[in-house]
Amino acid sequence: MSLAVPVPVRRLTQLQALESEAIHIFREVGAEFERPVLLFSGGKDSVVMLHLAVKAFWPGPVPFPVLHVDTGHNFPEVLAYRDAEVARLGLRLEVARVQDYLDDGRLRARADGTRNPLQTLPLLDAIAEHSFDAVFGGGRRDEEKARAKERIYSLRDEFGQWDPRNQRPELWNLYNGRHDVGEHVRVFPLSNWTELDIWRYIAAEQIALPGLYYAHDREVFQRDGMWLGVGPHSLPRKGEPVVTRRVRYRTVGDMSCTGAVESDAAGVDDVVVEVAASRITERGATRADDRMSEAAMEDRKKEGYF
Amino acid sequence: MSTLLRLATAGSVDDGKSTLVGRLLYDSKSVLADQLDAVERVSRDRGLVATDLALLTDGLRAEREQGITIDVAYRYFATANRSFILADCPGHVQYTRNTVTGASTADVVVLLIDARKGLLEQTRRHLAVASLLRVPHVIVAVNKIDLVGFDGDVYAAHAAAVTAAATDLGLADVRTIPVSALDGDNVVDRSTRTPWYDGPSLLELLEEIPAALDVADEAFRLPVQLVLRPQGAARDVRHRDYRGYAGQIASGVVRVGDAVVALPSGRTSTVVGIDTADGELAEAFAPQSVALRLADDLDIARGDLLAAVVDAPVPTRDLEATIAWLSDRVLLPGTRVLVKHTTRTVQAVVRDIVGRLDLDTAEITPADQLGLNDIGQVRLRLASPVAAEEYVISRRTGAFLLIDAHDGGTLAAGMVGEPLAEARCPQRRPAQYAI
Repeated sequence: MSLAVPVPVRRLTQLQALESEAIHIFREVGAEFERPVLLFSGGKDSVVMLHLAVKAFWPGPVPFPVLHVDTGHNFPEVLAYRDAEVARLGLRLEVARVQDYLDDGRLRARADGTRNPLQTLPLLDAIAEHSFDAVFGGGRRDEEKARAKERIYSLRDEFGQWDPRNQRPELWNLYNGRHDVGEHVRVFPLSNWTELDIWRYIAAEQIALPGLYYAHDREVFQRDGMWLGVGPHSLPRKGEPVVTRRVRYRTVGDMSCTGAVESDAAGVDDVVVEVAASRITERGATRADDRMSEAAMEDRKKEGYF
Repeated sequence: MSTLLRLATAGSVDDGKSTLVGRLLYDSKSVLADQLDAVERVSRDRGLVATDLALLTDGLRAEREQGITIDVAYRYFATANRSFILADCPGHVQYTRNTVTGASTADVVVLLIDARKGLLEQTRRHLAVASLLRVPHVIVAVNKIDLVGFDGDVYAAHAAAVTAAATDLGLADVRTIPVSALDGDNVVDRSTRTPWYDGPSLLELLEEIPAALDVADEAFRLPVQLVLRPQGAARDVRHRDYRGYAGQIASGVVRVGDAVVALPSGRTSTVVGIDTADGELAEAFAPQSVALRLADDLDIARGDLLAAVVDAPVPTRDLEATIAWLSDRVLLPGTRVLVKHTTRTVQAVVRDIVGRLDLDTAEITPADQLGLNDIGQVRLRLASPVAAEEYVISRRTGAFLLIDAHDGGTLAAGMVGEPLAEARCPQRRPAQYAI
């Protein structure tokens, strides 16, 4: 018989450790940068980012605006969600519109109709126009091989370029955010999270998401092995019959290149189970833009993409 | 409940490190079908007979073109009870820079040696880096055990040599495992081809290693990141007068009612509240991110350290430190730098370069300059004091960066205290626990 008083177990769970790390990063940026901005699309990763930002600065407000690069091909329900969140939290929303660039000829529509790669220029212009010096992105290292080499603080030169061969070493939890005028730092607080962590966190924190992340009936057609939803910007071509399927989206991007997966996962707990059992990465399953080449993400990132 | 373990891999060229990492990801079913398809396709295109698992980890265009690993890559895998963050550190180009980076956050370093070669100079250097960065656990995987005919005597000799070298370097917990990364022996599943080895597989060992030191044994430290003072912007009017000191606890435990000292000012107060957005806590511990409310209105700002009043660090403007020099430029005495210590950045000058650490002998040899990948002992004079502690006491309050004030680049990883002091003066070895 031991008379010892039981010692409380003081150990964070994995999700608690990831949350604490992210809050630390948000606070570092909030303290050291003059004009941060958070990229907010209404997608699940950016929703988790905003949730963490709220926690980091509670009981104060989130001390920076949010920026959305609108491809013009976004899902209407995601834009509605975005606007409702911004209003609920009293945030300032800046929108950079790809459509404006297409209208005045600064960008040209791609032959394949995809607008995701066109977001880089409006993003960089918005960063310059507002003199943003820190740009929070929801990128995760598990998403893609080029992202696996990304720092949490990723310095971008005056052209917004990422130089993967010349990154600052990142030691301990000491982040070096020094930059020259005109340069900025991309900050990735979710670097160490996986897709499953995101979903477990959404479940644990009961975070509301746009409905299309959960199973619903939708008119879809098949292209390149993906189910694309029928909408004003994604119309079936000849030989692509429209059918109704029970689907959900694993990622939410441009309607024209984001595929749905067949799923009965109607609630967050079902999604956690589904993601845990999935044998295909979310980008492999649902993103035409990442299938363009083996180094598609690296090439876009070097140019200043998210 | 799942816990998090951070590990870093290290090894010399061709030790099969990428293959081991690929095997760990593959056999723990952390590689998904589309990733594997891509690797199989590239393997076929290159005319390889078997799938090259190393391709799972080499992500950049230049890496694939040159068939080398350029930079630290982070990988994620999980078992039922634990999630792993793996910093995969390339062995050849800039190995010190990469290994120091990976080891700085690691709970465990997994070091590979080739069973045909045994302990190399570079193995000793990697062990020295693990000791220098105070990584709590080291696992040495004796790889390519198939290529020595699964000979238990060869393994035993290598294991003895590694253990002796590690002990010399002051590493408290070193385990060895015979593996074949190519075939998977003892990586995830125990092998039947090493009957003379009755220990766990690599993954089993990674699952049972304690993730962190017991916070109860540490002194409370919280570097203040920012002061939360919402005033009129508070979303709830009850928080108009709120004043909380926000930060991530660097070490130890704090409870409501504890006396704390703010450094460098030395003013003391009492903790009256520990807040998170999810509610108040009676106690908090490292590495939680919290905000503390104090009984007194002290002048506390970002860069200050809140510490337990007993054995609080003494703020100083003079640091004796070990640095891993990570820049292409040469460091000379008199160089002006910025020191980033916890949340405080101050100007400093490198007053003296005491010497360079010979990683092969763990001796300091006199030097008047340091170059890329050198580890040296220096004396710094700071423009204002920092509440630093010896790195052997705390990997948080003992660590700092040297930053180039002109171009903003990170020049060096700094650790307060002499290099490998515990190896060279064993009586200084800090208390470590066994597992």
